[in-house]
Amino acid sequence: MPIDFLYPEYEVVRDASRCIACRACERQCSNEVHAFDEELECMVSDESRCVNCHRCVSICPTRALKIVKTDHTFRENANWTGDTIRELYRQAGSGGVLLSSMGNPKPLPVYWDRLLLNASQVTNPSIDPLREPMETKTFLGKKPTKIERDEDGRIKTELTPQLELSTPILFSAMSYGSISYNAHESLARAAEALGIYYNTGEGGLHQDFYKYGANTIVQVASGRFGVHKDYLSAGAAIEIKMGQGAKPGIGGHLPGTKIVGDVSRTRMIPEGSDAISPAPHHDIYSIEDLRQLVFSLKEASGYKKPVIVKIAAVHNVAAIASGIARSGADIIAIDGFRGGTGAAPTRIRDNVGIPIELALAAVDQRLRDEGIRNTVSLVVGGSVRSSADVVKAIALGADACYIGTAALLALGCHLCRSCQTGKCNWGIATQRPDLVKRLNPDIGMRRLVNLVNAWTHEIKEIMGGMGINSIEALRGNRLMLRGVGLTEKELEILGVKHAGE
Amino acid sequence: MKRVYVDEKWCLGCHLCEYYCAFANSGRSSMVKALKNRKIHPRIRIEGDNQISFAVSCRHCTDPICVKSCIAGALSVEEGVVRIDEEKCVGCETCVLVCPYGALMPSESGVMQKCELCIENAGGKPACVAGCPNKAIIFEERA
Amino acid sequence: MAKYVIIGNSAAGVACVEGIRSVDREGSITLLSSEPYHTYSRPLISYLLEGKTDEERMKYRPDDFYEKNGVDARLGVRVTEIDPSEKTVTLDSGEKIPYGKLMHAAGSVPFVPKIEGMETVEKKVTFLSLDDAKALADALTPESRVLILGAGLIGLKCAEGILSRAGSITVVDLADRVLPSILDETGAGIVQAHLEMHGLSFRLSDTVQRFEGNRAVLKSGETLEFDVLVVAVGVRPSVSLIENAGGAVRRGVATDETGRTSLPDVFAAGDCAESYDISSGQSRVLALLPNAYFQGHAAGVTMAGGREELKKAIPMNAIGFMGLHILTAGSYTGETYVSRDGENYKILFYESDLLRGFILIGNVARAGIYTALIRERTPLSGIDFALICEKPQLMAFTAQARRDLLSKRQ
Repeated sequence: MPIDFLYPEYEVVRDASRCIACRACERQCSNEVHAFDEELECMVSDESRCVNCHRCVSICPTRALKIVKTDHTFRENANWTGDTIRELYRQAGSGGVLLSSMGNPKPLPVYWDRLLLNASQVTNPSIDPLREPMETKTFLGKKPTKIERDEDGRIKTELTPQLELSTPILFSAMSYGSISYNAHESLARAAEALGIYYNTGEGGLHQDFYKYGANTIVQVASGRFGVHKDYLSAGAAIEIKMGQGAKPGIGGHLPGTKIVGDVSRTRMIPEGSDAISPAPHHDIYSIEDLRQLVFSLKEASGYKKPVIVKIAAVHNVAAIASGIARSGADIIAIDGFRGGTGAAPTRIRDNVGIPIELALAAVDQRLRDEGIRNTVSLVVGGSVRSSADVVKAIALGADACYIGTAALLALGCHLCRSCQTGKCNWGIATQRPDLVKRLNPDIGMRRLVNLVNAWTHEIKEIMGGMGINSIEALRGNRLMLRGVGLTEKELEILGVKHAGE
Repeated sequence: MKRVYVDEKWCLGCHLCEYYCAFANSGRSSMVKALKNRKIHPRIRIEGDNQISFAVSCRHCTDPICVKSCIAGALSVEEGVVRIDEEKCVGCETCVLVCPYGALMPSESGVMQKCELCIENAGGKPACVAGCPNKAIIFEERA
Repeated sequence: MAKYVIIGNSAAGVACVEGIRSVDREGSITLLSSEPYHTYSRPLISYLLEGKTDEERMKYRPDDFYEKNGVDARLGVRVTEIDPSEKTVTLDSGEKIPYGKLMHAAGSVPFVPKIEGMETVEKKVTFLSLDDAKALADALTPESRVLILGAGLIGLKCAEGILSRAGSITVVDLADRVLPSILDETGAGIVQAHLEMHGLSFRLSDTVQRFEGNRAVLKSGETLEFDVLVVAVGVRPSVSLIENAGGAVRRGVATDETGRTSLPDVFAAGDCAESYDISSGQSRVLALLPNAYFQGHAAGVTMAGGREELKKAIPMNAIGFMGLHILTAGSYTGETYVSRDGENYKILFYESDLLRGFILIGNVARAGIYTALIRERTPLSGIDFALICEKPQLMAFTAQARRDLLSKRQ
């Protein structure tokens, strides 16, 4: 049908004067965009297949390639945009739900960018992190609200299980299956080297990675894939996934084609069967039900590991978090609506949930108001893009941040948002062995370590500028934040003053 | 001594090592000038199929059979690097007959050429190692 | 007393020097050579005539070789006798040189058959040494009609060398094909056709019955007019010094795996000596340069008190004519795998789970992978035989074997 014809979104621009026809682009494109034409004796491209992942651009040894957005256009219309029209055509042709990957790309407000940080001048000296100690070490878990003594008057020092982080950053949940073995190995090894944690997601834990258990958070989600006693005992903490920022209220669906070999074994489901994570946990319909699961998991793991409950940032997130804090959970993870995913219905991804900044501020405030802030730690994620975002999150009240998309970018992801095709040219969101091997964990791990080290340096630099020498002193310190261009209401929710105030 | 080692686990079969090699040994200032519209004659070659691939170049053996076998005295070992004097080589291919790796091959002119670890080129890392996008070719000292 | 005396200045002699020096940097070495030249590569004399090399470039080792290795090179002297009881060698000048260890690497001499009227031939040369090549070059004019006796390696290399310097070349051999020692019938046919395409004429299964000046009368009755005769029917190992000293000699000087002869402290290597060919399981003279080097080196190391043995000797040849390469190795016994595509020809010989030998013509790339299978006696059951038949490739090996080859220091 001619109606279904969609002009390719991107054009491959090949500089013929530079191309030496080495065919590396052809060999490296899993979408089969490039080919060598024997008759014309030159490279040709089929841009209709291009997802704009930049693999070819990155490896072209003569810089002969670039990808540009096509200037082919519909008649301009601020309401019916090209994207909207294209998606509509696709649905009219297919009758299907649109699928997308990674985070919400819509131009919705990014509150991080409306928040500005303070710095010391004259009356309170800033601190030079190169000369003076600067503490980024973070403990996640319940904290006592008062000093307690035993019969002999000695202070009770025993705490409930804590996670110790060298810096307030964790790699967020990405399952083995949604990402590759080598991506997992990179994350695990980097977490170990950095003294932080990575998260298995709902894919189970590959046998090879049990050795990184001390730096692993194992996830229990609605499908319960790969969950068994050894798994629960293998990690440093257990996370119950109630929701995900990219698709709140929606379950997961890893197609059977990706359930092969080790993925099937690790998930404990037959090869080729679809891995369907239900939208709800079928045994959780209340905070009381959640409490049962929290304590079941604690019981199963001997009360040695903190339990995290992860939820998506939704409208009444503060009340939900308050309930979770009373469920026995040690840590609450909140995932904002810009969080990534390997696949989500486009309409859900782009329209459901709320920004993490507002959710965080609301939850932190609510827990403080109720006097239970210390019974849980708060970890936030859903598009933490830089060390500045981390600092702002902590100033808003977070204990630490989950980074997912940022970690994938460090591994080579170019945010083409085509994870759902399983043909990731960077060896991340794929199970095809020839693609998986493109991510050498020696390189991946090094890049993740570099990234987190760089951010940690920057966090120290920013804290020093504020005259703060410990992450403890920054947490919830909203005086260090000022809003710009925000409404009264937004400032009220965020609990920050406007710049100039 | 540092040598080139290959790990097929990480080889992507992109063949870029061949192009970086051909460029490094071309003496030209840009890869485009060196390689455009030419058949390349690299000293490292990718072997394999879509599933398994790996680069093969001179192993710089401690006791190189090619050097012992060379009828022209054109191959020699200099500080651990097996080198070829292309002036002396007559292209008899005795080295091809004896190299267990299949690492020697004729150049465009018909005399033999081989990897000399880029000692005459950029210095530091051999070009294939520097150009490998996935660290499948490593230049290091191994016992 | 010179600790080491070496007779011979070609591959085995040079290898012996390098073998000794890999163990003993000090002991004095005296090298004796009947030829007055700095060590040169004997197989390169045809390339010299062809213009692919020159006397300077065909030196087998750099000019400072003797000096750097502390060798007293006495070039242009002939050894007339070895006295194993006195441990001396006698030169043609009468001088006696005592030795601690002696290397006999005297090579071979051209075999000139007795043919009626040979003395009437005006210009005749053999083709083994630099002087032979120079003599041939002097004898040739662009119009010369050249008759070569022998379609073996030497005769045909000679033909290639002089192709552009002579008017015509005819090769006569009693054998029914060219290069009978290294090629099968099919291979020989391909090579012969290639040579004929480049202007050579052949008279095979035929021989010269008598010479009448510049005319050769063949057994078939044909008469050939020629200007220059090249006698290249074969070589004989130079064994007389050893034989006269009472040493064991079969086809060549009998040696063990370290090059030791039956005479005390006397070693032999190269074209004069036998080696144990693992591909056929027989001791034979493997008159080829690489083997001469391996044997000379092993002997040199042993002479100096080290340990090195020639364990993996096999016949092998790399030869080519006008761009057509021919690589062969091993023995031609057992079952075969054959493929042919125009001038590209391959035949593999295998039996008892081992590759025994091969002939490659045309596309010879990476043939060393085959050679190594023969030398290392690699069980074929442990590799992918179909892939190895297709072409020499490491893909035919197991991943572990490849790791050993490519990820470990060699």
